[in-house]
Amino acid sequence: MQVKLRVFRFDPEKDQKPRYDTFIMNVDPNDRVLDLLEYVKADFDPSLALRRSCAHGVCGSDAMRVNGRNYLACKVLVKNLNADTITVEPLLGLRVIKDLIVDMGPFFENYRSVLPYLINDEPLPADGKERLQTPEQQMRFEETTKCILCAACTTSCPSFWADDRYVGPAAIVNAHRFIFDSRDRGAEKRLNILNEQIGVWRCRTAFNCTEACPRDIHITQAIAEVKKAIITGKVE
Amino acid sequence: MENFHQYDVIVVGGGGAGLMAAMYASRTAKTAVISKLYPVRSHTGAAQGGIGAALGNLEEDRPEWHTFDTVKGSDYLGDQDAIEFMCNEAVQAVYDLEHMGLPFSRTADGRIAQRPFGGHTNNVTGKPVRRSCYAADRTGHMILQTLYQQCIKNQIVFYDEFQAMDVLIRDGKVAGVVAVELATGELHVFQAKAVVIATGGHGRMWEITSNAYAYTGDGAAIVARRGIPLEDMEFFQFHPTGIYKLGILITEAVRGEGGILFNGKGERFMEKYAPRIKDLASRDVVSRAMYLETRAGNDVNGQRFFYLDVTPETVNKYAELDGRTRPDGTPYRVTAEEIRSKIPDITDFCVTYLGIDPTREPIPVQPTAHYAMGGIPTNKFGEVVIDSQNTVLPGLYAAGEVACVSVHGANRLGTNSLVDLIVFGKHSGLRAAEYALGADFTPLPDDPTGYVREQIDRLRTGSGKERAAQIGRELRSTMFDLVGVFRTEEGLTQAMEKIQELRARFREVRVADSGKVFNMELMQTWELGNLLDLALVTTRSALERRESRGAHARDDFPARDDVNWLKHTLAWLEGDSVKLDYKPVVITRYQPKERTY
Ligand SMILES: Cc1cc2nc3c(=O)[nH]c(=O)nc-3n(C[C@H](O)[C@H](O)[C@H](O)COP(=O)(O)OP(=O)(O)OC[C@H]3O[C@@H](n4cnc5c(N)ncnc54)[C@H](O)[C@@H]3O)c2cc1C
Ligand code: SF4
Ligand code: FES
Repeated sequence: MQVKLRVFRFDPEKDQKPRYDTFIMNVDPNDRVLDLLEYVKADFDPSLALRRSCAHGVCGSDAMRVNGRNYLACKVLVKNLNADTITVEPLLGLRVIKDLIVDMGPFFENYRSVLPYLINDEPLPADGKERLQTPEQQMRFEETTKCILCAACTTSCPSFWADDRYVGPAAIVNAHRFIFDSRDRGAEKRLNILNEQIGVWRCRTAFNCTEACPRDIHITQAIAEVKKAIITGKVE
Repeated sequence: MENFHQYDVIVVGGGGAGLMAAMYASRTAKTAVISKLYPVRSHTGAAQGGIGAALGNLEEDRPEWHTFDTVKGSDYLGDQDAIEFMCNEAVQAVYDLEHMGLPFSRTADGRIAQRPFGGHTNNVTGKPVRRSCYAADRTGHMILQTLYQQCIKNQIVFYDEFQAMDVLIRDGKVAGVVAVELATGELHVFQAKAVVIATGGHGRMWEITSNAYAYTGDGAAIVARRGIPLEDMEFFQFHPTGIYKLGILITEAVRGEGGILFNGKGERFMEKYAPRIKDLASRDVVSRAMYLETRAGNDVNGQRFFYLDVTPETVNKYAELDGRTRPDGTPYRVTAEEIRSKIPDITDFCVTYLGIDPTREPIPVQPTAHYAMGGIPTNKFGEVVIDSQNTVLPGLYAAGEVACVSVHGANRLGTNSLVDLIVFGKHSGLRAAEYALGADFTPLPDDPTGYVREQIDRLRTGSGKERAAQIGRELRSTMFDLVGVFRTEEGLTQAMEKIQELRARFREVRVADSGKVFNMELMQTWELGNLLDLALVTTRSALERRESRGAHARDDFPARDDVNWLKHTLAWLEGDSVKLDYKPVVITRYQPKERTY
């Protein structure tokens, strides 16, 4: 089928302001939007800049806006879009550096601020083997372990657009992953951090994040669980 | 000098191997990691099935059995001292990962869950053993995340989106690394006492591949151009179950959970090729079986693919026929729900890319380029060795897929790469730090960035008569057709000619984008040059090896030949030609035997 691909372009060394380039191409409905961008690079304009690596939705490199919604370009197929014009733009809320590449700095800073690592100074099991954890305890936080830090959620959040100091859904998801891990002892610290002014209370439950998440994480629910833990002082 | 940095240890690569090396090196030495991708984007995150270790959580298992299976899987080309070391260390390595917080799937009694995987057996009964420790079907993702989390905790220094382009060597010793900062296009010089290369593989030279775009063999090509040989490059693994046409991997765990392969006639063809462990035979064996089935006209609709069926009806039918039981002795039976919970990501891939639910319909699969057994030669401490006498190059280390220890020999067993990353990543980091503490900085060469600038200038000033994208396409199809699962003298000779032609045409390429900021065209063209170098080395090494062993299958020399070929290839890239030498395989306990499954 034929599609019209409109791509956001901005070269900081040449351009005063962004523009859109249009490419008319014949594609397979099963092609990924990432494939289309690679066709552009191969056959139309090799200077198009974007990040990508795995090409099957597991590395988190290529989150971008496609027809106004956040996707991983490698995980959305032409046929999923039901449109013959496809507009590809960089994520919102992060500074555009070149074409589809945005500055991920603030995103990773927010991530690091929630202490995203296991905290437990207790002695290890005497036999040197694994700490025990039942399948039920493991399932309690399994969902939030799936996060690939793609930023699709955080950059679809109106509260984050308004103020990029808001830790954002991705950071809360990663805090959740540890708060509800039965082996972790850092919940209190993290809940204190998230209780601050730029923490969970900025979330207005817009649900954009949950819709945007390519890993189908129920983000709004995870945030609600964190809010509840702060209010009740109990991690359950 | 502007953009100058000094560290005891520089680690190039932020995947599983690089992060392990950095964590251990930084305990005693001033360390930094350079990575062209944000570390969490590394390909380690794509690993699905699991990490092998003889924990024996569900049934009896021993590191010796893991060792023997790995030796046998390697078609006896693996170095047995290193394999034994790795399999012994694997057990502690997995516990270490758990202690760092890795969310493994669990058994009912709270231990790390384990499942069967291709080529891993109980050495007494010969039956598959549950050795693969897993976190659903995203084990690599959890390893990468956990290690990155620990690096944050330990405040490791990262140079994210810095791409290494050269390693500096002076008077036979390492002096540092030159890298380009992608965001600015500036060159940076990192003077270092020790350098650990952990840049991953080069599977992007084949058309159908499970490998990431980033898998362009940068580290191997960089050192090859500095006169260091590459080992066993003819051995590249084709995984039998890539999604048809797309190459996306469907982990062996699907067969571990009971999935069965069928040909176009609806036959469970692996019965013919591996009567004992059938669908769970080693990858080279299954990929070759598919090739032979295709040649016999038994592929599906003559379209070179097969079906992998993990619907509960099929799984249960064959589990019953095979007499498969659960650990408690009850018959093995599954529901669609259980299958989905064991392989959620695979289910998601099938739904997204094929529009099918694998618990209802079979998955169309074909062999896909997957893993580089060959690479930069090292000993079991990760030290790079540069000749047939195993002479160490002081200060240079390699670990992970880019390295060839060799623990995988001619064919890697599933789950053994993740073990390799963790074990040799750790030990190369420890060694590098130990070395750095006792060594001085080697003075930098006079014009440290000279060679990199020369390479960049060439890409910017070519005639422009040729296009990089076209050369890349021709390279990938040539390699897939002629240097793939099956090889012949004729095909390899033809491939050599084609690669030389492509190399000549590559010199006529010109990068159009003259900018500095995120000039991805420049970097990706440079990466294509790396693939062209490694394709030449791979094909030449394959042409010379006149036998079939593991992943290197020659139609014209179908048998393994231990008299003449029980040895490692060493290949030096010298301009447009390749010089070859060989070194013996380390054999300790296991004399080569015929390999059957
Ligand atoms: C789909 C898939 C599934 C797999 N499943 C399994 C499995 O279940 N079990 C198993 O054992 N193995 C599995 N493997 C194999 C295993 O995942 C890889 O071999 C392993 O993860 C490689 O790790 P690494 O640390 O060597 O490289 P990577 O994790 O790929 O890291 C390479 C790093 O090097 C950096 N880099 C590369 N070039 C440069 C440069 N020029 N300058 C600076 N940095 C650079 C990259 O940014 C990256 O950080 C699988 C592989 C694939 C593709
Ligand atoms: S929660 Fe989902 S959308 Fe947000 S960063 Fe993680 S994977 Fe991406
Ligand atoms: S390229 Fe890795 S998520 Fe899309």
